[in-house]
Amino acid sequence: MSLIRALTRTRDQRSMHLTDWLTYGFLLVGVVLMFGPALWLAASSLKTKSALQEFPPSFLPMGQKEIKLADKPDPLPVYLVPLASGQSAELALQRRIGLVGLFIDPAQPGADPVRARMDEVKPVRELTFAWDNYAEPLRRFRFDRFLGNSLFVTIVSTVLTLLVNSMCAFALSKYSFRGRDAMFVFILSTLMVPISVILIPAFLVVTSLGLTNSLWGVILPPIATPTGVFLLRQYMLTIPDELIDAARMDGASEWRVYWRIIMPLAMPALAVLGIFSVMWRWNDFLWPLIVLSREESFTLQLGLSTFQGELDTQWHYLLAMTMMTLAPVVIVFTLLQRHITTGIASTGLK
Amino acid sequence: MNPNAHPPSDSATPTAAQRFARGFELAYTGLMRALEPPFAAIQKRIGIKGMAYVFVAPNMIIFSVFVALPMILNIWYALTGSNRLMMEERPFVGLDNFSALLDCKDYLDVNSCKQDRFWRAVHNSVLFVALQVTAMVALSLVTALILNGKLRARGFFRAVFFFPVLLSPVVVALIWKWILQRDGLLNALLMAGGGERVAFLHDASWSFFWTVFVSVWAHMGFYALILLAGLQAIPADLYEAAEMDGTPKWRVFWRITVPLLLPTLLVVVILSLIRAVQAFDEIYVLTGGGPGTATQFIVQYIYETAFANQVHLLGLAAAASLLVAVVLMVLTVLQLRISYHGKTS
Repeated sequence: MSLIRALTRTRDQRSMHLTDWLTYGFLLVGVVLMFGPALWLAASSLKTKSALQEFPPSFLPMGQKEIKLADKPDPLPVYLVPLASGQSAELALQRRIGLVGLFIDPAQPGADPVRARMDEVKPVRELTFAWDNYAEPLRRFRFDRFLGNSLFVTIVSTVLTLLVNSMCAFALSKYSFRGRDAMFVFILSTLMVPISVILIPAFLVVTSLGLTNSLWGVILPPIATPTGVFLLRQYMLTIPDELIDAARMDGASEWRVYWRIIMPLAMPALAVLGIFSVMWRWNDFLWPLIVLSREESFTLQLGLSTFQGELDTQWHYLLAMTMMTLAPVVIVFTLLQRHITTGIASTGLK
Repeated sequence: MNPNAHPPSDSATPTAAQRFARGFELAYTGLMRALEPPFAAIQKRIGIKGMAYVFVAPNMIIFSVFVALPMILNIWYALTGSNRLMMEERPFVGLDNFSALLDCKDYLDVNSCKQDRFWRAVHNSVLFVALQVTAMVALSLVTALILNGKLRARGFFRAVFFFPVLLSPVVVALIWKWILQRDGLLNALLMAGGGERVAFLHDASWSFFWTVFVSVWAHMGFYALILLAGLQAIPADLYEAAEMDGTPKWRVFWRITVPLLLPTLLVVVILSLIRAVQAFDEIYVLTGGGPGTATQFIVQYIYETAFANQVHLLGLAAAASLLVAVVLMVLTVLQLRISYHGKTS
């Protein structure tokens, strides 16, 4: 009941009531739960491989300090070593012999190594950002290829979706012709047939057209989306017919009417559909999973999910790749937040 | 124009966004203008009325080939056997696939069924849908109600709850897998609080719980947004009138908010039902259906039966997907009914 009171309370209350505390408490928990996991991913993705294996984990990417000595090929880990004098110094571990380590002073690499028991030394920790986590996948796992494939699919699909659906919506909203209503009902009726229900025959069609393992096999099937036609048609109905008639009087062809008058005026609806299309295609998973089986044609989502099976022990790469997949969406969202939320709220689409 | 108001440096160097918009416009104009002659030629032959069919054609072709045709072919697959993809190689078996799927001594006892994996998936899906939709609707309703109240930084909070909706299912699954794994954040917090380590993704009940949790986490913002729009559409003067009459708050809630939000709420319930029946992506990446078959749901069953298992039992999978289609169809008709009534009343 207190919740309800919070939600229906009058606007002139000034002081914080219990209900306000509950409201902000809920919101605070919400922020932690909704944002926290992504933040944790971001922080983890910058940790080195060894830092990721620490338990319990630290929030910031802390790693063992390492030092590169001129005469050694690999960087050496640095430990805090207690010295005979009673003080301690930061020394680099050169070699381990059983329980004892041989340490050298980075300042005097030529001097005799110091011996110390490994259970008496402490690793020196510092903030280390493992940017390599980001660079390596691009070089080693053809991640750049997946990125390119995803960009291609997303951009081409969105352009084609906007073109094909707006043409159809134009005809359905601005012409009266035989079979128009039947077509509209036909399109709407397939709203209830998501791709997950026609996987097998859709795969047959794509196979028969020789489009398996081709990005076009991913792009084409979902282009003619009933939601897109519906959204654009409803919007175009509000464009006055007088505009079209006037253009025709001036000798404009139908195609010209379409691209010069209808398209610019339908911009708000096109923008909403465009944003949805980008989201749908960038995040698409099940359909590419079935159409694409060769690694060079994988999209980002497929590449990522395949790696999570193969690289189960290589979380440092996996997390960075996840971040790179997530980043474009976050950027688009920050730029277009208002459009996206009002678009969804006004159409009820996702 | 006053030159002082627009320093020359401004107009000389357009921003990146402006340059992008300009380039986009040029590309659009160029492409559309290039397409003008062919379309004009067609129009000359078939007339203005005939152009309607030209505009509808691309959509209708793609639609027929990739959506309508598969809908019909799906029925054929369900009525034929063998593991061949090509239609002509598949022998007709009548309703065998359906009778195999439905062959159960007791529908509540998975082990008495011939296709126990199918029924396990059905049972899992039913439980998942029940839990997920309940949690989803309850939480998104509470969130929408709170966001609709007088709040500081409402835009920020709305964005926070909406943010996961944009993430791809694979990203969502990996984010949570990283938190839930054996040495993950959650176990660290749990043990810091004196608890025992839990194998969240290797224990059947926990794993099931997390599939529900993660899918609610990922999609709740979407439904909250729809409900928020519904709440904001309720006329403010109703509340003002109630306040002037001194109506108690709970009464205002039950008499104004609930009835006026009901159509939106029903749409949300049905939309989330439709989505929950089809749940696949996040769960497939998060648990892979495991441990065992504890989190294997119906779409994963269809996918694996048709494509991932060694023998591709396409007929069986098609029959199962037809059964799912029937469920979805009923739900969609309900949804369209409600949205339609909501708009006319």
